[in-house]
Amino acid sequence: MTVPLDSSDMPGPMKHVRKALPHDSAEMHVMGTATYIDDMPEPVGTLHVVPGWAREAVRGRIVSVNLDDVRSAPGVVAVLTAKDVPGINDCSSSFGGDPVLAEDEILFYGQVVFAVVATSRDAARRAAIRAKIEVSPITPILTPEDAIDADTTVLPDYQFRRGSPETGMTAAEEVLEGSMRIGGQEHFYLEGQVAMAQPQESGGMMVYTSTQHPTEVQHTVAKVLGVPDAAVTAEVRRMGGGFGGKESQANQWAALASLAARFTGQACKVRLDRDDDMIMTGKRHDFRVDWKIGYDLDGRIRAVDMEFLARCGYSPDLSLGVNDRTLFHADSSYFYPDASIRSRRLRTDTCSNTAFRGFGGPQGMLAAERMIDAIAIKLEKDPLDIRKLNFYDGERNLTPYGMPVEEFEVMHDLISQLEESSDYWNRRDDVNDFNSANAVLKKGLALTPVKFGISFTLKHLNQAGALVHLYTDGSVHLNHGGTEMGQGLYQKVAQVVAEEFGVTLDKVRITATNTSKVPNTSPTAASSGTDLNAMAAKVAAAEIKGRLIEFLCEQHQCGTDAIRFSDNKVFVADESFPLSEIAKQAHWARIQLSHAGFYATPGITWDRESATGRPFYYFAYGGACAEVTIDTMTGEMTVDRVDILHDVGHSINPAIDLGQIEGGFAQGMGWLTTEELVWDEKGRLRTHAPSTYKIPTAADIPADFNVQLYKGSGNPQSTVYRSKAVGEPPVMLANAVFCAINDAIASLSPGQIPNLDAPATPEAIMKAVQDLRSRRPSS
Amino acid sequence: MPPATAPDMRSQMRQNDHSSDASARRKSPGQQSPAQAEGIASGEMTTVSLKVNGTEHTVTLDNRTTLLDALREKLQLTGPKKGCDHGQCGACTVSVNGKRINSCLSLAVMHEDDEVTTIEGIGTADDLDPMQQAFIDHDGFQCGYCTPGQICSAKAVLEEIRAGSPSHVTEDLTARIEVTEAEIRERMSGNICRCGAYANILAAITEVAEERA
Ligand code: FES
Ligand code: FES
Repeated sequence: MTVPLDSSDMPGPMKHVRKALPHDSAEMHVMGTATYIDDMPEPVGTLHVVPGWAREAVRGRIVSVNLDDVRSAPGVVAVLTAKDVPGINDCSSSFGGDPVLAEDEILFYGQVVFAVVATSRDAARRAAIRAKIEVSPITPILTPEDAIDADTTVLPDYQFRRGSPETGMTAAEEVLEGSMRIGGQEHFYLEGQVAMAQPQESGGMMVYTSTQHPTEVQHTVAKVLGVPDAAVTAEVRRMGGGFGGKESQANQWAALASLAARFTGQACKVRLDRDDDMIMTGKRHDFRVDWKIGYDLDGRIRAVDMEFLARCGYSPDLSLGVNDRTLFHADSSYFYPDASIRSRRLRTDTCSNTAFRGFGGPQGMLAAERMIDAIAIKLEKDPLDIRKLNFYDGERNLTPYGMPVEEFEVMHDLISQLEESSDYWNRRDDVNDFNSANAVLKKGLALTPVKFGISFTLKHLNQAGALVHLYTDGSVHLNHGGTEMGQGLYQKVAQVVAEEFGVTLDKVRITATNTSKVPNTSPTAASSGTDLNAMAAKVAAAEIKGRLIEFLCEQHQCGTDAIRFSDNKVFVADESFPLSEIAKQAHWARIQLSHAGFYATPGITWDRESATGRPFYYFAYGGACAEVTIDTMTGEMTVDRVDILHDVGHSINPAIDLGQIEGGFAQGMGWLTTEELVWDEKGRLRTHAPSTYKIPTAADIPADFNVQLYKGSGNPQSTVYRSKAVGEPPVMLANAVFCAINDAIASLSPGQIPNLDAPATPEAIMKAVQDLRSRRPSS
Repeated sequence: MPPATAPDMRSQMRQNDHSSDASARRKSPGQQSPAQAEGIASGEMTTVSLKVNGTEHTVTLDNRTTLLDALREKLQLTGPKKGCDHGQCGACTVSVNGKRINSCLSLAVMHEDDEVTTIEGIGTADDLDPMQQAFIDHDGFQCGYCTPGQICSAKAVLEEIRAGSPSHVTEDLTARIEVTEAEIRERMSGNICRCGAYANILAAITEVAEERA
């Protein structure tokens, strides 16, 4: 650990921070009064916008679009096409290539061609299906293999390379290779995509949008309407879930609502139908991973060669960052002496894959775990032993991208604690006994680590702003650039601000994220919401407090250490005054009681071109032990028990952090077990509702589910109250479930490596079981 | 009424059909007009009286309006959420004459004189229902979008078990049904929580069940 723990950063007893307080909207949630965008009262005359698309087309040239019957349908006010876009017809986050409305070509199944604006959503939906769109089809590129054959990518290849994997492979005592497929994932944020735009005077636009990135919505709307950014305000109070699916994917719907509002002069609302939402928006990237690993007879890795072939869809969207993060996590927690880790960002004629909690990291880590399992199976050793043997340590602690793993001791300690608390070795014996006693049902056990890099790998995104006002009655207005999607960010930031001012939480008014209050913000993503925004808010509060302290020192002729803020009061030596009184006095003395705080993460030096420098401020760690039972006749699987130990540094709010861990695990488990996206041979998504796309329910989470926070010495980096980010890392705890399933299958034929693809649905499990059984023994 | 046991459209539809039998018999839903057959927006209108959260409401609406849309758009009761509109997520769960249904799968006109309870009718800020309080105490939510549906469902689950209505996991159909974790999980499996707050949701329901036992 390079940065020693600074005890001055560890204040004494705290009133709000490190407390398991309920979410700020808890009471509103249970009463159903928390307002989401579709719940907001609609301004009189609000119109509804429904996207129209060519329902049969996957890829093709648009020959003709006949919208006469749409226009004449009852209730229709306007029908908009690409020609109606006054500005630039693009809603992409960075690289372009995402038309709001299709121009000459259909690029994927579900691309929006036109938008119906009508007096009701029902009327608009009925009208939309009356369109006649003629498309001259082009054979679509659907699979990674199609894309490789056609040599088509959305972005250039990228790689990490260290030493000479070729020499390493030759020097290794044994070499294994394989290929696995890792499926994508639909976000299914329970609140679908929604936006409401309200025209303002002189060309302005107010957009209420369910987005993780209000600034990008603002900029997109301005670009599409051809107005300056300053004419547009984007606001979001809360989302009904985001998970990455509202990082760039909210842009298009906000743009359509705004376009319609501009066109009609009325407030306009887009609220996607669930099936449309699932068809039209991007998902987690799916991959084919080709791997080769050289190791010695102890199981120690010598060299690694991995190629990640990602289906990015029709446009770049966020695929650069996502696929980079896959490479950054292709080591999981293991030291690779020589490595070549390559990424191809394949272009396919499918929806544009996007951010999803973990942002490519989970796929990288899963591939690493697959290699470890393969070594263990081949050497007939326990996978946990092979994992531990290859962990980063004091000497072997450089990642393939050159950043040292400083906290390797936390990783070792956490895993050994979990090994203990999950009773791994006794249960390993039990599992073996069970498997020798049962012919059909087989158990599997796995304990896997998580090491997740915290920071945006695009350096400039590691910044945040907050706006804090202290009013003369002692109440505080809090605003920052982070968005609330259920992860408890607003609550955590409010706790930090209350702590700083020494006020009770009811004095801190949390307000909706709004681009006119805090501008040029980063998306709430990369798990960084609290690290960045709480720090910016703390800076703002501390600045105001500093001004009050200076004022009081002068008034009372005392030193700064005589002054203390607590319990809505200010203590000056032995005297105490209500904060409201001090605020009033300061106001009379013409002291500014408002401040815009700013924070930029220090120490990040990553340079993508040269692949050097430090991409992450720190790592978050975790571990999970899972036990599963599979039925080798049907492929059915149950998760019997899961033990989790996860490192959140010194938690700002342990209740919220535990919720993130449990929820992240459940989402990861869904990704790896039941959630299967199916495109038919024509390239049409067939799983576009929860009837066919199986999201975990209350009945699916492990019957025995033990989740603990790791008790360590806090984040060695100087993060807010020494906490660690928690949003994404827990998703990868679910790797344990996948590895346990693999372990159960492997028990059928010792020494043979199963070909299990993710998600491990019953079908995938059956396929792997049958494949294993069909092989000649010990070949 | 069989409880919702899975986010499976067929079983949910059966559940809805079943629970609305009584009202469907009492009156005839609007006849389909040629215009409707063509799928255009000129459905027949009906005036319907509903008792929602104890208050009588009379609304005139297109026969094709779901109970969910009627609640949200006509009565401005936005507690029930639209997660899927297909009976697959449970976010729209409300209680009709004491039984839970997915309000997105039921037409408003089928509920003449029915007593509907939404999340708004379950408790007040000063007097939360024990289930609401338990959800707060156990942190049974993250984004909160599923919460109104979860709470309406959870209350009904305990009633269903108490009333002896068996579920897929009930082992002995003749004995009194115990409120077990397995029963609660099974019966709550029609309510998706994408944030994955299940462990806490189950803890909240179990606590209320135990307090009542
Ligand atoms: S909205 Fe009714 S079940 Fe999903
Ligand atoms: S709390 Fe977000 S869906 Fe349940």
